[in-house]
Amino acid sequence: MGGTQNTRQALTGTRIRERRMALAMRQSDLAEDVGISASYLNLIEHNKRRIGGKLLLDLARVLKVEPSRLSEGMDATLGDMLRAAAQDNTGNFGPTPELDRTDELAGRFPGWTGAIAEQRKRIADLEGVIEGLQDRLGHDPVLAGSMHEVLSTVAAIRSTSNILVSDPDIDVNWRARFHRNLNEEAERLSESATALLAYFEGQGQSQSGLETPQEMVEAAFETAGHHFPRIEGTGSAGIEDTLTDMEAISSEAAAQLARTRLAVYAEDAARLPLDQILPIAEAADYDPQALLAMAGGDVAMVLRRLASLPEGGAAAVPAFGLAICDAAGALLFRRRINAFSIPRYGAGCALWPLYHVFSRPMMADMSVLSLPKGPLFQAWAVAQPTRSAGFGTAPVVEATMLLRALPEDRAPTQNPVEVGPGCQLCPRDACPARRAGGAIG
Amino acid sequence: MGSRVLLVEDEVNIFEAISFLLTRDGWEVRGHGNGATAIDEVARLEPDVLVLDVMLPGRSGLEILRDLRGAETTANLPILMLTAKGQSKDRDLALALGANAYLTKPFSNTEMVETVRRVAAEGAGNTAGGADQVTG
Repeated sequence: MGGTQNTRQALTGTRIRERRMALAMRQSDLAEDVGISASYLNLIEHNKRRIGGKLLLDLARVLKVEPSRLSEGMDATLGDMLRAAAQDNTGNFGPTPELDRTDELAGRFPGWTGAIAEQRKRIADLEGVIEGLQDRLGHDPVLAGSMHEVLSTVAAIRSTSNILVSDPDIDVNWRARFHRNLNEEAERLSESATALLAYFEGQGQSQSGLETPQEMVEAAFETAGHHFPRIEGTGSAGIEDTLTDMEAISSEAAAQLARTRLAVYAEDAARLPLDQILPIAEAADYDPQALLAMAGGDVAMVLRRLASLPEGGAAAVPAFGLAICDAAGALLFRRRINAFSIPRYGAGCALWPLYHVFSRPMMADMSVLSLPKGPLFQAWAVAQPTRSAGFGTAPVVEATMLLRALPEDRAPTQNPVEVGPGCQLCPRDACPARRAGGAIG
Repeated sequence: MGSRVLLVEDEVNIFEAISFLLTRDGWEVRGHGNGATAIDEVARLEPDVLVLDVMLPGRSGLEILRDLRGAETTANLPILMLTAKGQSKDRDLALALGANAYLTKPFSNTEMVETVRRVAAEGAGNTAGGADQVTG
């Protein structure tokens, strides 16, 4: 992190110059406004003098920006959004985005930059909704049953009508029977189609289709950015008030599940207090290793805690994704992250470390994952017992995986492992782990 | 033809249409609508061809297929599976479990008759040829 921080600060002068030029100010005018000579400002703007303190504040005031915008460049979240937008660019409307000039873009055109980032976020949100619906369509028993009903009816109508049309000399009894069958099937098709439509309308009215307790809890955590200041401040005493604020929770089962997850959150927050871990995590560029000693070696706790840090603050916390599953592979909790799909219903990718770690409980794994569309992610994972087992009793083990997009300016420290979003959504046809068919029944 | 087809299908109107088509083509058609007892019916009737739906009450057609292929007397019985369009998972699994062919609902009558003839011919020749892949 130190290197990245220094590089950012080293470009403070460049950002001052870009901002001044964006405002069409003359160098001499800006220098006069902040009480320094134009030649000194020139040195600053060419990064030959480092500045801080009152002069930085004065420059920021005159240039009408936050001081951190000059010293640190753009907000890390904004930078991530712009880079994601650049990665999505297909080149249909011009040359490849100039990634090395992202800071300059943000400095000179903050309004347009915000608009691009907002569009990217909206696209990512919509992609998430589509993935969720795609995931659900493949695993929704109601929908599967309805579709089977419709197809069976259509099959009967098609075969029967074809017989009647192609065989004009058909026996009169058979003809009567087939006419009756056609009438029955037409009625049935009408009922099936109406029921299917009602089902979809019901989905549309149920607030983005939040049906299960897990979906409600996830939605509530997403709304809160997976960070709960009240619990950070008061510990488990803040759970009920936090729960009251969660609009997505609309059933007792969901409330109970949310309580369980918030209790884990409170325990993590008590063991790893925010004010203590934030500076350590930032100094280590949010490497989980740096917090392990504080957590007494509880890797899963460190991974969960990093995924609960407040984004968008002064500490420039990167976006994290999180997946927790049980030993049967069922997803218990997830925090979604852009460009890395974690299916709620279907199985994930068998090559994810989330599953590998079950073969070596308590042994933490760190890897770099390469997704089909190209982005690289750092992944830290561990499988740990969640409760002590008695003698002769099988332990209950859960795996936790923390994800973070590998920063653009950093080379992977190990060979990336090619993974996917789960076979249903994955385009890697030749993948050795590709699942053909599925369980019987 | 004169050979016997057992049609395991719980949708009565589909059964009647297929039954009419195959009877007209010279087959002796027997029907059964329950997955749970389908294997007993195969043992009792000893059909030359089995047309087997995937979605059945009592037991899945895929489970029945797997058990028939595992039994010595029915390991080579010509079997045509009926699956629903879009259920590629069922189709892939049916072929992996040893179905001779599959048809997806809704299918065409001509395809149904021709496919039954074809899998019957395969069975008569006792060949281990590849499965036919027919979509409706």
